[in-house]
Amino acid sequence: MKDLPSVDSKNSSTRSGGWRVWVAWFLIVLFAGEITAALLIKRTDKTFATSQFAKLPLVFNGRVQPMDSLARNSLLQIRGITEVPLEGNGAAGAWGTWEELRAPQAELSERRWHQFSKHPKKLKPADWLLEVFCNPRQADDRYIFVINHPDLRSLLKLEGGVEKSGLHFYRFNDIKDRLDGLRDEVERIGKLDASQRNPYDRAVQQLNNAFGLYFRLKNTLQPEDTADFRKEIDDYLAAVATARAAVREREAKGEKLDEDAIGELLAPVQKIARRYDAMARMDTPLIVPPENASASREAWHRMGEAMLQAPQDGVPESVRSLAGLASTYRANDVAKFNQMLGDYRALLEKQGLTKELTKGIRESFFNQLLAFKRSMYVYLMAFLLVLLYWANLTEVWRVTAVRLILLGFVVHTAGLIFRMWLEGRPPVTNLYSSAIFIGWGAVVLGLVLEKFHKNGIGISVAAAVGFLSLIVAHNLSLAGDTMEMMRAVLDTNIWLATHVVVVTLGYASTFVAGFLAVIYIMRGVFTKTLDAVTAKGLSRMIYAIVCFATLFSFVGTVLGGIWADQSWGRFWGWDPKENGALIIVLWNALILHLRWGGMIRERGLVNCAIVGNIVTSWSWFGVNMLGIGLHSYGFMDEAFTWLMLFVGSQLLLIALGLIPARYWRSFRSPPGPPSDPPKKANPPADGQLRTAPASA
Amino acid sequence: MFKPIFKFFCSLRLTVTLLALGILLVFVGTVAQADEGLYVAQERYFKHWFVWGITMFGHKLSVPLPGGYLIGTMLLINLIAAHVKRFQWTWKKFGIHLTHAGVILLLVGQLTTDLLSRETQLRFTEGEAKSWSESSMDYELVFVTEVDANNEQVVAIPHNRLANGGELKNEKLPFTVRVKNFWRNSEPSFRAPMQKNGPPLTENGVARSFDFHETRVTHKMDDKNVPTAVIELVGASGSLGTWVASGWSGDETMVSAVQASYARQMGKQTAETMVTRLTEPQSVQVGGKRFTLTLRPARSYKPFSLTLLKATHTTYPGTVSSSNPEGIPKDFRSRVLIDNPQKGEKREVEIYMNSPLRYAGLTFFQYQMAAGEMVQRAGETASSTLQVVRNPSWLTPYASCVIVAAGLIFQFMIHLVGFVSKRKAV
Repeated sequence: MKDLPSVDSKNSSTRSGGWRVWVAWFLIVLFAGEITAALLIKRTDKTFATSQFAKLPLVFNGRVQPMDSLARNSLLQIRGITEVPLEGNGAAGAWGTWEELRAPQAELSERRWHQFSKHPKKLKPADWLLEVFCNPRQADDRYIFVINHPDLRSLLKLEGGVEKSGLHFYRFNDIKDRLDGLRDEVERIGKLDASQRNPYDRAVQQLNNAFGLYFRLKNTLQPEDTADFRKEIDDYLAAVATARAAVREREAKGEKLDEDAIGELLAPVQKIARRYDAMARMDTPLIVPPENASASREAWHRMGEAMLQAPQDGVPESVRSLAGLASTYRANDVAKFNQMLGDYRALLEKQGLTKELTKGIRESFFNQLLAFKRSMYVYLMAFLLVLLYWANLTEVWRVTAVRLILLGFVVHTAGLIFRMWLEGRPPVTNLYSSAIFIGWGAVVLGLVLEKFHKNGIGISVAAAVGFLSLIVAHNLSLAGDTMEMMRAVLDTNIWLATHVVVVTLGYASTFVAGFLAVIYIMRGVFTKTLDAVTAKGLSRMIYAIVCFATLFSFVGTVLGGIWADQSWGRFWGWDPKENGALIIVLWNALILHLRWGGMIRERGLVNCAIVGNIVTSWSWFGVNMLGIGLHSYGFMDEAFTWLMLFVGSQLLLIALGLIPARYWRSFRSPPGPPSDPPKKANPPADGQLRTAPASA
Repeated sequence: MFKPIFKFFCSLRLTVTLLALGILLVFVGTVAQADEGLYVAQERYFKHWFVWGITMFGHKLSVPLPGGYLIGTMLLINLIAAHVKRFQWTWKKFGIHLTHAGVILLLVGQLTTDLLSRETQLRFTEGEAKSWSESSMDYELVFVTEVDANNEQVVAIPHNRLANGGELKNEKLPFTVRVKNFWRNSEPSFRAPMQKNGPPLTENGVARSFDFHETRVTHKMDDKNVPTAVIELVGASGSLGTWVASGWSGDETMVSAVQASYARQMGKQTAETMVTRLTEPQSVQVGGKRFTLTLRPARSYKPFSLTLLKATHTTYPGTVSSSNPEGIPKDFRSRVLIDNPQKGEKREVEIYMNSPLRYAGLTFFQYQMAAGEMVQRAGETASSTLQVVRNPSWLTPYASCVIVAAGLIFQFMIHLVGFVSKRKAV
């Protein structure tokens, strides 16, 4: 922020437009206030203390995580959105709960963007998860399954449902009777090769996965058909005791019991136990904690397993406590539930799970902070301000944009560091976090450029790349847990901190160079704002950033080779991901050599830098889509479409960049009266463009 | 005469062309991996001088391309020539020189790696000691005879020689090996007694219980070509009989894979009997000496032995499930005893992911493992496979990375300092 006062004082237009300053400060206060509020305001529970439940630990996906993370990641996979509204629009402008509005042929829809006066009741992620755990029958009535493919909808004969911005959500109850048809399709599609599946097939699979997850959640705390789990446990133990007594009694009488006879005596026990067996096989989250402080930290169990063990080992105290939660929730006894929640927490502490409890508190706080989403909106706002600045060159918009980006950057950085602290890992551990880190790196570079040039270019890149990469990250997060455990080969902080970080910075800087080039072309072709000085300044920036990118991508790639040498015994294996990185290095080196040899000048450099965008996006995502090699993450169809769109847009920009300079608006006529005939080519302007020094 | 050639090799245009071709080749060679298979594509595009015909997204195009060797060598010559011509000792150019020196080192290092490095594998079960590693692709036909109580004589014929067919002689063998058939990839099938079987390949040894037939050579990364040879041994007084020598009998990895597969289908007991028949030793008696013949992975012997003390495979809790039987692997590690009688060395080491053992010019990497709960439950002995690499130039990338980074940073600092001081002056 150091340089800002000087910028203010230098410029006179800030003083001239008083209202603008008010608007500027309003925006800053608005965003800063919203973020502060998110930090400070604690959610109070009016009924069930779900905000406390949200923090409780369990094990899923190989790691300890709070209920809140499980709830959010599950909702993202099932619904794509982490909240479940309970109210909305019905037929003929009616507003109310879905139960009230539901009627044949009624088209239900969620709150529209312009309905500012409506504040629909919603289930927060943890509210929803608690309901799924403890009252599955109620959960079956929530509109959570997003089904958009028309063929899939007609396969399931779906009607009704809730609409939101073209997305359609359905209840489990809408679908449960039609699961057979779905099962056949899943079987057919499972036999196809991944590359042969069409969008419908993938929609079927996605829905099937959503169902799989939903079933597992419903059977995590208790069998889904249980009405009163606490009572069921007592009945179960009583049945066990009765059966045992009966066996003992008959044996005391001297009877020799054969298998059939024992089976008959155990039948009531088995009737209950069969359900636990099914639960145990469902790969549900591990909700039963290690029994005491001396047990292994990894000795978490599925509820089904614990119940199957119960006749021998007894029912663990934690299971009784969890069952109490389920029963009181089901009985709608808020006071008792909240009290038992506190007791369960105390129990976990007594059993030595302090660390897990703390992790739960921290991670659920991190989840609610939504740091990356918040900074994404701030970057978007800042980008709009930069556009405004370019439209009329009012300094106040630029300064405000800088301040907003700084605000977004602080939040972005805080999120990044918080995530590192939670995981105990360097910033980049998977594709998701690489997107976040690329955005972060680009914002740093953009801010540095802005500090030197103060012309809105640096911040426009910071805002654009920051925003876009966070959008990418958000879409990647829909696939599930973003803090998954690292596989053995990746389980090394040294290489994650060096190779991965450096190579990701290489991506970030190549993108920054590319976006600077985009600005050059957009401003040159469509506006008159690209004067010779700006053009030269931009090409200098591009050149400098390409140098930077060369350094990072080379060092990062070689470090990757060294890591491969450490873990697989070869420095270079021509693996797709390695090749992708190599292409970035070669491309940057090529640009530099072309420039040094004078084979390209200003505009050539600009076009080459845009090719850099394509090359980097291919290396970042494209190679993963080949579905081969050691770094492959499976085929990502939706991402493929977006990648193609991105590549197409960049090719279009290059085509624009190749239009002869005399047709560019900025170079069409000399600065002067706009009435100059536009068709007249202007040699000086064109000449200026070509006089850029061959070496910088 | 030489001047224009030298000039050509010094030119920046050549550099640029080579870089562009390099990008094209790497791109095409990467995309082709999806169609041609990882291994073949890597060989064809990057380890050849020319590429005749390419595959793009399932389409074959008859376009020639310069191969990896050609581009790499040309770049190397170009770099060196350009520096010979333009080298100037100034601080301004120092960074650039340093950078290029690093790149030269990297290229030379990779070239030597390509020429000199050898990869083999060492698979052992817990408690087993081994003083050799095996090739994962090459096989050899060996004839083993006992010389005395402690020594045996081994004559090994590389499988490529068998592939050429004809008659093979060795002064240490009292017979000629006549190759009747050699299949680079083959499959075994059990000659079940109750079924209608065709005539056996020969009446000797393993062929009585197993048939072998040729299958297509595979190029997939996870598949292996397992050869089988039908050979006739011809002594001074005529034929000594025809034998089938198959990798399916002589390659421990394949044998245990076959055993596991039979065990799944027919139970443990039957699997054991069948494998005993598959691996039954085959030998001929000539002039009072017994020669045992085996087609096994080509071995490379070491002057020391490694014993697998313990193989540990752990997964993250709750991640092993019916849909994902392997779970999310957390750790693979082998505790190994090195026994080197020449040096009087006997010590234990731990080899795990990202932490290889470097010993006697070789590097041992944790490669594969069959251990942990699954293996225990199946009642098998845990085993571990190490990748054994001899690469004399393994350190060059480390040095090159540092040199290039230093060069680039130096160069950019000069620019940056210039830029900032210019701005200050303004």
